[in-house]
Amino acid sequence: MSALQLFIVQRLTALIMAPLVLAHLAVMAYAIHGGLSVAEILGRTQGSWLWFGFYGLFVVAASSHAAIGLRAVLTEWVGFRGRLGGRLRDLGCAVFGLALFGLGARAVWAVTLANTATAGVGL
Amino acid sequence: MERQVPGKEFLSVTVQRGQPGEAVRMQTFQVPAQDNQSVLDVVSWIQQNANPSLTYRFACRVGMCGSCAMMVNDVPRWTCRTHVSKVAKAGVIAIAPLRNLPLIKDLVADLDPFFDKWTDAEAHHHPTRDRDQPIAAVDPDSRERRQANAGIECINCAVCYAACDTVAGNPDFLGPAALQRAWTLYNDTKNADKNAVLDAVTGQGGCHTCHSLGSCTNLCPNELDPTAAIAGLKRASARRFFGRD
Ligand code: SF4
Ligand code: SF4
Ligand code: FES
Repeated sequence: MSALQLFIVQRLTALIMAPLVLAHLAVMAYAIHGGLSVAEILGRTQGSWLWFGFYGLFVVAASSHAAIGLRAVLTEWVGFRGRLGGRLRDLGCAVFGLALFGLGARAVWAVTLANTATAGVGL
Repeated sequence: MERQVPGKEFLSVTVQRGQPGEAVRMQTFQVPAQDNQSVLDVVSWIQQNANPSLTYRFACRVGMCGSCAMMVNDVPRWTCRTHVSKVAKAGVIAIAPLRNLPLIKDLVADLDPFFDKWTDAEAHHHPTRDRDQPIAAVDPDSRERRQANAGIECINCAVCYAACDTVAGNPDFLGPAALQRAWTLYNDTKNADKNAVLDAVTGQGGCHTCHSLGSCTNLCPNELDPTAAIAGLKRASARRFFGRD
């Protein structure tokens, strides 16, 4: 991706994450202060396309945002530049982003659609 | 050398000495304090009265030419217009060549990389007309002209370039002054090739590398705002990316 494309993705994901982070914090506060049990939480999230969409979008945005940010840190602070350094850096950041995405996607899948996908229950 | 007069105040001035290939060292001089004294006056006093081999650069002494910038107590300043009372800490001043640039000798940094980046940023005029055509009218109140005007008083002193931590971290970064120049050209109705300018500043090390930390704007002696100019380039590149320009 070009410097411009990375910049656009970085800004768009920031824009997406800003409200999602606030909503996530509000949900956490609600879940903990309301004293919801694990079963109660799962009861609300499982089978919900809404929560799947919410946290799915979050995971996509966070993993790409973090990978692009890490790329800048490696460029400026570790000196990964030039042909070889740049390649290594980009490969490393792509792997890092994909790993974050994998971990996040697995968690989102587990708390939302995992058991219902096979049962075919929606919303 | 001036004799130490009782009751007369002295500044303790440390200057960096040395050139590539030898160990850089610090040398301290006692310089008579005056009521009105610029940092450049202090450097000149040392060269004229204490150590004639001290190498430094200046030309106009009035803040026009941009050749006298140095690190003063670790902050880049135009030395000819920086009053000692503004920067001395308990009568102590440390002076070094501009940061982020190669050393030539003593207090003189090599500005070549700084100017090369102006060229890399397409920071030259792309004419719309030839000499036989009438001169294009420029509307001084237009938004573009006002944005261009905000950046044209740059004296190429490289203070902003030395101030920028992103240049320090990434030598490929074009830096605040070259990008600001590109922004003034981008907004110049007499400049034919806006897209060439935008292309030149959106690659690796281009405007998107800037973290908007604002050290450049903070320290520019002419009170210009390269941070805002760079933000303008980022906006323009995003607009073009989404096909809105
Ligand atoms: S705003 Fe950008 S150009 Fe200016 S000092 Fe910060 S990183 Fe450098
Ligand atoms: S923008 Fe300001 S600090 Fe930078 S080179 Fe121009 S006058 Fe100097
Ligand atoms: S000597 Fe010209 S700007 Fe300082």
